[in-house]
Amino acid sequence: MTLNVEQIRKDFPILTREVKPNVPLVYLDSTATAQKPSAVIDAMSHYYNHSNANIHRGVHTLAEEATALYENARDRIAKFINAKSPKEIIYTRNATEAINLVAYSWGRANIKQGDVIVLTEMEHHSNLVPWQMLAAEKNAKIEIIPVTDDGELDLNTYESILKLSPKIICVTHMSNVLGTINPIQQMAAKAHAVGAMVMVDGAQSVPHFAVDVQTLGADFLAFSAHKMCGPTGIGILWSRQQVLEAMPPFLGGGDMIKRVYLREFKANDLPHKFEAGTPAIAEAIGFGAAVDYLTAVGMDSIHDYEREIIAYAIERLEEVPGVKIYGPKAERKGGVAAFSFDGVHPHDVAQILDSDGVAVRAGHHCAMPLHDRFNLPATTRASFYLYNTKSEVDKLIEGLYKVKKMFG
Amino acid sequence: MDDMYREVILDHYKNPRNKGTLDPADFSFEDDNPLCGDRIRIDVRVGEDNKVKEVAFSGQGCAISQASASMLTEHIIGKSLDEVKQLSKDDILELLGIELGPVRLKCALLSLKVLKAGVYGIKEEE
Repeated sequence: MTLNVEQIRKDFPILTREVKPNVPLVYLDSTATAQKPSAVIDAMSHYYNHSNANIHRGVHTLAEEATALYENARDRIAKFINAKSPKEIIYTRNATEAINLVAYSWGRANIKQGDVIVLTEMEHHSNLVPWQMLAAEKNAKIEIIPVTDDGELDLNTYESILKLSPKIICVTHMSNVLGTINPIQQMAAKAHAVGAMVMVDGAQSVPHFAVDVQTLGADFLAFSAHKMCGPTGIGILWSRQQVLEAMPPFLGGGDMIKRVYLREFKANDLPHKFEAGTPAIAEAIGFGAAVDYLTAVGMDSIHDYEREIIAYAIERLEEVPGVKIYGPKAERKGGVAAFSFDGVHPHDVAQILDSDGVAVRAGHHCAMPLHDRFNLPATTRASFYLYNTKSEVDKLIEGLYKVKKMFG
Repeated sequence: MDDMYREVILDHYKNPRNKGTLDPADFSFEDDNPLCGDRIRIDVRVGEDNKVKEVAFSGQGCAISQASASMLTEHIIGKSLDEVKQLSKDDILELLGIELGPVRLKCALLSLKVLKAGVYGIKEEE
């Protein structure tokens, strides 16, 4: 089933927005955050208009409705990634918090002085900093898988690093700058062979193609709702039940307990053990609606469509003199194109594009080490999702020619 | 053509005034914005009257940061160190002649930050 982009665009009210009079929005920044379909917005409003109540405690009708909506969303999210059970789906604030949860809970209990934690040169800061903090606290050692000039992970170095018996490998499924899709299954098999756990940052993968945790090989997977057409403020940590059961709680407070005494407590069962305090209820419900929406469109359709768009975008970008795109060739990458433009700073590129309604991002995209690797203080990044069109790519290119003329 | 990139800003970016270095200088300072890679160094020579005699800037970065540095160096020639110390964000915005959001404001103010760090760092000679 091929995606009908014009039909899809009708589902996203913001896409009719004009940035200035007669200048329509061309939103090419979905890697930063995705736009939301009415179904998601309406699900949240409906909850607030009809069923708003706190969850898990109440006996009254609204409380039961709210709880059902919240837990039902969890069930659907579990199915979306083919988790064995909703007990393996922990609601967090976002992917960043999910990774921090692993670092604090699993990390503090399992990492000791001298242990090796493996990170990669292409990681987002969210999958670097929590591990740096843990390593500093525990006096653990960090080893880095470097990135090649083609924007792929250097798997030869990975092999040597594995000989050091690391405790955990932390790797992104898809780079938010290079678009590189990493061979997680392959890497995880090798990691498990030496007894290492695998933490996968799925913030860019889960929104863009079908991810099946039964075959992925990850021990931990983190992703955020807002990058997959859901609201901000909610994300997921997935891990296997046995792993989660062995981990100490993360945040303490209401709901994550079974029983509280004055000087001690008994933690709750999964998944609530890791969900302290009143959660982002409306957001979870919105997340459920987002997952329904993406499922209805079909993740494979979305992925195929994006591959078409990124191939077209790269072809057109490559024809603009002075543009250099970072990362692998179109066939090997997801819908993200970070590039430099000879003689023009990314801020200036982004500013001029904005005057034509084209929204791209300029900066280091929360990947400073990656930019250091390519000797770039910053890049301009255009990213694509299920609602972008080829004519929007053309607008981007038009804008770049305008930049060239101005700075030429 | 967008307001932001008024002729004057592009002109200062493409044809920067006072680009270069001064060695020796009476005071120098260098700073950058790690978020985007804008980098500015300013060298100043002060006359016997405690007024700015010569100034040079070097660095790299976006049009706003470099144009602002170029305009600022032009602006301070002949000014007393006290006047330099009084310079504010509003003066920079007046020189540039445009409105800026918070991200680009940082670009515009980098040269002022560098200049002030330099001027406050020197000891007044008797």
